[in-house]
Amino acid sequence: MDGTTSGIEAPRPVIGRGLWSDALRRLRRNRAAMTSLVLLGLLVVAVSIGPWLSPNAFDGSDWDAILLAPTWTGGHWFGTDFLGRDLLVRTLHGGRISLLVGLSATLVSLVIGVTWGATAGYLGGRVDAVMMRIVDILYALPFMFFVILLMVFFGRNIFLIFIAVGAVNWLDMARIVRGQTLSLREREFVLAAQAYGAPGWRIIARHIVPNLLGVVMVYVTLTIPQVILVESFLSFLGLGVQEPYTSWGALVNDGAQQMEAGPWLLVFPALFLALTLFCFNFLGDGLRDALDPKDR
Amino acid sequence: MLAYTLRRFVGAWPTLLVLVTLSFFMVRAAPGGPFDVEKNLPPEIEANLAAKYHLDEPLWRQYLRYLGDLARGDLGPSFKYADYTVNELIAQGFPVSLRLGLAAMALALLIGLPAGMLAALRQNRPTDHVTMALAMTGISVPGFVVAPLLILVFAVGLGWVPAGGLDGGIRSWILPVVALALPLLAYIARLTRASLIEVWRSSFIRTARAKGLPLRLILLRHALKPTLLPLVSFLGPALAGVITGSVVIEAIFGIPGLGRYFVQGALNRDYTLVMGVVVFYGALIIAFNFLVDLLYALLDPRVRYS
Repeated sequence: MDGTTSGIEAPRPVIGRGLWSDALRRLRRNRAAMTSLVLLGLLVVAVSIGPWLSPNAFDGSDWDAILLAPTWTGGHWFGTDFLGRDLLVRTLHGGRISLLVGLSATLVSLVIGVTWGATAGYLGGRVDAVMMRIVDILYALPFMFFVILLMVFFGRNIFLIFIAVGAVNWLDMARIVRGQTLSLREREFVLAAQAYGAPGWRIIARHIVPNLLGVVMVYVTLTIPQVILVESFLSFLGLGVQEPYTSWGALVNDGAQQMEAGPWLLVFPALFLALTLFCFNFLGDGLRDALDPKDR
Repeated sequence: MLAYTLRRFVGAWPTLLVLVTLSFFMVRAAPGGPFDVEKNLPPEIEANLAAKYHLDEPLWRQYLRYLGDLARGDLGPSFKYADYTVNELIAQGFPVSLRLGLAAMALALLIGLPAGMLAALRQNRPTDHVTMALAMTGISVPGFVVAPLLILVFAVGLGWVPAGGLDGGIRSWILPVVALALPLLAYIARLTRASLIEVWRSSFIRTARAKGLPLRLILLRHALKPTLLPLVSFLGPALAGVITGSVVIEAIFGIPGLGRYFVQGALNRDYTLVMGVVVFYGALIIAFNFLVDLLYALLDPRVRYS
């Protein structure tokens, strides 16, 4: 068939290079970020279905194997704790809670932060000044003070931890979103929307917020590890998840107290926790590099 | 400049007032009271205790009383540590946390700055990747993971340093300082790298390189100052945070600093102690942010305050 097309090349279809396809291409080239993405995917699968596949229950004791060191043959790959509970299952089960806390608290902070920041930035003027002043004041409050008080209020309900942590972690998000909104609202498409009489909330929801997606996505990826850390810290103080449920923070804390008797109790949960935070941070960095128009 | 300084100074006080008000009512709104733990106290004694600490007064009077005391620099008596005032407790704990924090900050700067610069000058080469991967580890691995691991390896395993306390001389300071410095160090290295890469692209650096200045001189004379500028705004609040004590590090190493009062106070409903620590911390943050802004104006002539 060479003869028929010789000389004339069929024109290649033009592939548009928008913000997102461009960003995706850059992200694919970032090996650290892609590795992190794959690892996080594996981790999510492992904590989701892992506990069901194991013959051990996360709160079940094996009285023949108290404080058993990790073995390949004994049925407890990560060893057991002082109650004979399988550490592998507990680590996976704790991962569920840690990841859930991270996601839902981030979602809460996302909703509050974006709404607050976009509103302040879009309305501007005095409203903006007052709203950002409030953010400034909240910044001066010790973050942990807030969380601890909220924990005291809510009586250690794990689902309320999600909300509490998210409810105090939206300040950075609000600041970043406001900064972006300030420049977005001067753009022509906002003027067009104003010209045909769209109400303010509609302009924010339909025209401003979608254009913030890139920045927000980067920030979400960086907020999740922060929130997981806060939850771990609360568990460290004994304010987090209550027995028999567990989280990585709670496991690390338990492990730290028994590290002389069973160092594996510290090492495995710490490894999972650190790896997850590591991956989220690398992914967030990669996303930022991919979406940052500065280097284009 | 003077007008700006004055205006910022005046503006800081309402912020502090709001901070005090907010935390006062939040602490009081939390369920439970400071004397709940002693069970079955006769009602007369409970009433006496309440009267001694003015807990029988209406909340708004307690609030005004607190503000009045605060204006005179009196943070009140602690509810749980009988015979101690909050001022005394802070005066006891703060110097320990301060020394620990300053040592950690010095260590972080000493290693973080050169590491960040090295990474920037070797951008996208193996040195850069390794340094930044290490920095990411420092940021990702929380203190309560690092600290026990450090103890496990260097105190329990190798026996080089004591596992806790600060009584063993300089060697007992090593692990807490390192544990406290690691995340700071990592942040500083990352910020320095990003900043120097930016600076390295500017024309005055190109000029300096074109006229053949040795690398050391370009770095010290031309690149250092503009590189450090963005770091200043990070270092201000970070310093305030690190010298007020880390709850985690102090708990793990058994250090009698300020951090532990914070959590204990909140859990014990030691109203005055929590408030004292919060106000102290908030005032420090506000003061450091203020100083940072002033420092900016001094360091960077492009910053103009109107």
